[in-house]
Amino acid sequence: MTAEFSTFVNVGERTNVTGSAMFKRLILSEDYEAALDVARQQVENGAQVIDINMDEAMLDSQAAMVRFLKLIASEPDISRVPIMIDSSKWSIIEAGLKCVQGKAIVNSISLKEGEAPFLEQAKKIKRYGAATVVMAFDEKGQADTQARKFEICKRSYELLVNKLNFPPEDIIFDPNIFAVATGIEEHNNYAVDFIEATRQIRQELPHCHVSGGLSNISFSFRGNNPVREAMHSVFLYYAIRAGMDMGIVNAGQLEVYDQIPKELKDAVEDVILNRHPDATDKLLELAPKYQGDGKAAAVEDLSWREQSVNKRLEHALVKGITEYILDDTEEARANAQKPLHVIEGPLMDGMNVVGDLFGEGKMFLPQVVKSARVMKKAVAYLQPYIEAEKSGKSQSNGKIIMATVKGDVHDIGKNIVGVVLQCNNFEVVDLGVMVPAAKIIQTAIDEKADMIGLSGLITPSLDEMVNVAQEMQRLGLDIPLLIGGATTSKAHTAVKIELNYDHPVVYVPNASRAVGVCQKLISKDAREEYAIQIKKEYEVVREQHARKRPRTKAIGFAQARDNRFTCDWQNYEVPVPNFLGVKTISVDLNTLRPYIDWTPFFLTWSLAGKYPRILTDEVVGEEATSLFADANKMLDDVIRNAKLQAKARVGIFPANSVNEDIKVFSPESPDTVIGIAHHCRQQTEKPKGFNYCLSDFVMPEGRYGRDYMGAFAVTAGIGEDELAAAFEKDGDDYNSIMSKAIADRLAEAFAEYLHERVRKELWGYAKDEKLDNNALISEKYQGIRPAPGYAACPEHTEKQLIWDLLDVENSIGMKLTESYAMWPGAAVSGWYFAHPESRYFAVAKIQQDQLQDYAQRKGWTIEQAEKWLMPNLQD
Amino acid sequence: MTDTAKLLHQHAAKRILLLDGAMGTMIQTHKLDEADYRGEQYKDWHCDLKGNNDLLAVTQPKIIKDIHLAYLHAGADIIETNTFNATTISMADYDMQDEVELINLCAAKLAREAADEVTALNPQRPRFVAGVLGPTSRTASISPDVNDPGYRNVDFDELVTTYKQATKALIKGKVDIILLETIFDTLNAKAAAFAVDEVFEELDVRLPVMVSGTITDASGRTLSGQTTEAFYYSLRHVNPIAFGLNCALGPDLLRQYVAELSRVSEFLVSAHPNAGLPNEFGEYDMQPDEMAEHVKEWARSGLVNIVGGCCGSTPEHIKAISDVIDGVSPRKLPQIDVKLRLSGLEPFVH
Repeated sequence: MTAEFSTFVNVGERTNVTGSAMFKRLILSEDYEAALDVARQQVENGAQVIDINMDEAMLDSQAAMVRFLKLIASEPDISRVPIMIDSSKWSIIEAGLKCVQGKAIVNSISLKEGEAPFLEQAKKIKRYGAATVVMAFDEKGQADTQARKFEICKRSYELLVNKLNFPPEDIIFDPNIFAVATGIEEHNNYAVDFIEATRQIRQELPHCHVSGGLSNISFSFRGNNPVREAMHSVFLYYAIRAGMDMGIVNAGQLEVYDQIPKELKDAVEDVILNRHPDATDKLLELAPKYQGDGKAAAVEDLSWREQSVNKRLEHALVKGITEYILDDTEEARANAQKPLHVIEGPLMDGMNVVGDLFGEGKMFLPQVVKSARVMKKAVAYLQPYIEAEKSGKSQSNGKIIMATVKGDVHDIGKNIVGVVLQCNNFEVVDLGVMVPAAKIIQTAIDEKADMIGLSGLITPSLDEMVNVAQEMQRLGLDIPLLIGGATTSKAHTAVKIELNYDHPVVYVPNASRAVGVCQKLISKDAREEYAIQIKKEYEVVREQHARKRPRTKAIGFAQARDNRFTCDWQNYEVPVPNFLGVKTISVDLNTLRPYIDWTPFFLTWSLAGKYPRILTDEVVGEEATSLFADANKMLDDVIRNAKLQAKARVGIFPANSVNEDIKVFSPESPDTVIGIAHHCRQQTEKPKGFNYCLSDFVMPEGRYGRDYMGAFAVTAGIGEDELAAAFEKDGDDYNSIMSKAIADRLAEAFAEYLHERVRKELWGYAKDEKLDNNALISEKYQGIRPAPGYAACPEHTEKQLIWDLLDVENSIGMKLTESYAMWPGAAVSGWYFAHPESRYFAVAKIQQDQLQDYAQRKGWTIEQAEKWLMPNLQD
Repeated sequence: MTDTAKLLHQHAAKRILLLDGAMGTMIQTHKLDEADYRGEQYKDWHCDLKGNNDLLAVTQPKIIKDIHLAYLHAGADIIETNTFNATTISMADYDMQDEVELINLCAAKLAREAADEVTALNPQRPRFVAGVLGPTSRTASISPDVNDPGYRNVDFDELVTTYKQATKALIKGKVDIILLETIFDTLNAKAAAFAVDEVFEELDVRLPVMVSGTITDASGRTLSGQTTEAFYYSLRHVNPIAFGLNCALGPDLLRQYVAELSRVSEFLVSAHPNAGLPNEFGEYDMQPDEMAEHVKEWARSGLVNIVGGCCGSTPEHIKAISDVIDGVSPRKLPQIDVKLRLSGLEPFVH
């Protein structure tokens, strides 16, 4: 309109049952959701404050006010603006003030009932922290003339400021806008009275404001919107210049002042400014000419509706819009193969966007909760379709026990996760706060729950979660355990909790991620694979973590050594090997084929999924199957035409440990040392466990006699380079990669195969072991085969000892590069330990004292030792 | 203005005042067990009490007083009573609603004793006790039930009742200041302020009030969704002696919000950040010198009048901060235009 219009505060009036028939209908029929849309639309249309009024005889107005204000508090798009609590009843105003966290405006109080109640109410308003509208109304009635208007406002102002120390800037006067052009002569000057009173108030009463309800002015032209809009614009044009700086205005019902036709504008100005006695008649005469040309109501920005259905679903989720969600969900369902795909696809994608935005601080909690509600609607819509597909199944997705652990009383986050899960059709049994482990577990058993979710905010809760995990293990539960809450973390879950429980333990970073995690865990198809993936992920986290920063304190090397793993060596039954010495083993690739762990093969090709189920996976199954066929075709060719060869060296030697070293003796003359393996010891505080070193698994030298240890080096890559090069030459990258991937798999298979033979035959300590390939892959056997360069023996140069002991290069042609990488690439080498309690672990960070000791043992300078142990020295 | 308020203003005009640091962190170092929490007084209580830190004012007064003394000796001008959860709403978790008055009273007395002992050593440098009203474990603006966003598990009147009870006991225990802290839902704090104002009127006393909110995460909002400035406008009517931010973030991440507050606040600005963010194990890593480095920069940039520490901070942190703010001029109160300052989740100035 004009530059000054921008300093005018536009109070939205559509959420007023006295002013909007539609809003009244919605509230009376308790359609609060649509009523909220009215509020939202006003804010979107530029209302800077929204007026809420529930004064309606047919309504419990106070209850409606409270309910609507609480609902608004959950709608960040609406509650971002201040609220004007509008009622003629003080009790309703006060009830409203108790629901608003922002600084609101009360509309209104006045001297109508005298000074005492006026001051009492104003004092309360100040205590509630609100501003207030003061009507130009006193014991004698509503002020109509300029003089009365000003007089009442001045009296009110002085009472408030002087008696209550009420901030003058928090006073907004409403000097009453009355209808003009009513045909009653006394009314003709009402607009001028308002405008001039406004001018005087703003000049003489510092810092206060002037507001008014605009629509009153044009009351006599009901039904003729163009004329009403013109009257509003003209009135505002002059009132604003006089100092009216706030108003209850329907922004959709305002003509732009400059665009009012001159003829109409002149007539309206004559009426508003009371310029002619016959101004009203003239306008009445002109009015029918403009009738019927009602402007369309302002509409919300709907451009997002033109996007693809998936984008629309995402938009609705991010913005928390429920209005179109059913239509969009139906459209997505119609396009999808299965209704469930709509949830797992576009809806979860949308929720992930929400999660990301939340993580980046671009959305905040109330918005996320709103998104969850939209999600719930969509899911509820799809539910019957999903049910129809799997008729007879139980309705719930799964049952989850949720609790804030013992000693902790924080539950806001847990509640949010609970509702988000419920939105997604999980049955949630919420045990509340301060729940002891025993109760959580008993409830899980009684309720036949599918999962347990633990939450906690304070630090000691972390330990309690560990306790719950240990108890679940002790009591033999096998359902997944979810961990969440402000102080929890993936690292803590991986390092402290997961190792205590043999079944899935999953850290859930926020509510928006909970659904995805739970759905994977509940699905019979996906759970196992997901559990393995999580386990691996946590293994990596543990390694990274262990390398990164020892949360547990570092301890002195001597102290770590004192806390070494030990056992009753006196009564230890040394597993005497059937075979001592070194030998070459060549195997037919056909023998290795059943030992192949195919899952990593698919990962090489970025196809996630566990073999063999990946072959029938709905998404990647086809691709996986064709890849698998190609691999087997190549494998057939490789085997038939002997394009790759698999060879290994294996040796078993008498051995004894001396602290972190393992002395390896000659198989022929067991008193001759033929090599010393050097290992590192864990050097962080282990209050409940050992500070492991691989040497601990070999009997110490001296008191009890000789023990044994093995070493191996295998490759299935002899011929691999040539094979790959041949494909590359033909420009066949696919088969070039394929050949290497196959050689890798064969080498791993060989290592597995060889270890089995060592256990059952060459060393022979587990003659009766019977494990299928899956059990082998899961390493469910006695003894370990750690590889130099990995967590338990991180220092790569130790491979040289394996090469020396086994004479690897001369016998089977495998080489070590100068950085101790193996050639051919498809190779595995390592040590064998047979001790029943031998286990994999990560050395993690070591300290200077151990570094010096290691350098001394290796005959290195400190610099050399630092170079090779760098990853274990860094924080 | 009350005498305490005048005295505070006198000192605040000359130097940056120092708050104490974390209570919970210090209590944790004692590794108290269930029996310690129960003490003699509650040895037969019918539910677990471990973790009820506020109860320690009754059952382990020496531990609490020693923590206060440690902070005072580290240089704190203002110490906070150990009453963060001492409201009927929070104590319901231990079924200890009836002990709320006693806990507040004992906690106030302990802090009073400690402050007076240290003031006696150097009367030129009076030490003050701030009676803490915590946020409670419930939110008046947020529904705990997503299926019913209009639902609340606590309302304004309930909050007013419990805060009035706590405030009266704190005043009886002779605190100098009432501190509303760790405000994550402004409506809770408005209820607290309402209660405090009513109590002042009923008892005809008027203590200075401090208000301190919590920006919970990277969104830069309180948990209930307000920006710093909107939050300030929501509670400006309390006319506090100081307005500030505490908890949730370390000084590095909190700085921008302290700067925002410093720009808009016509009151003294306080800030007591955490010692960094908790690491993956819930421990606070930020060392005293590092934390002091941040606070020093705030002080030199003229952002603050009162500083201290929240979760994870210790007397060493407070000592380190004390050293770096020594001699640095406090923030000057800015001239703020008189305007209508409203707020929803966002500020609105007119």
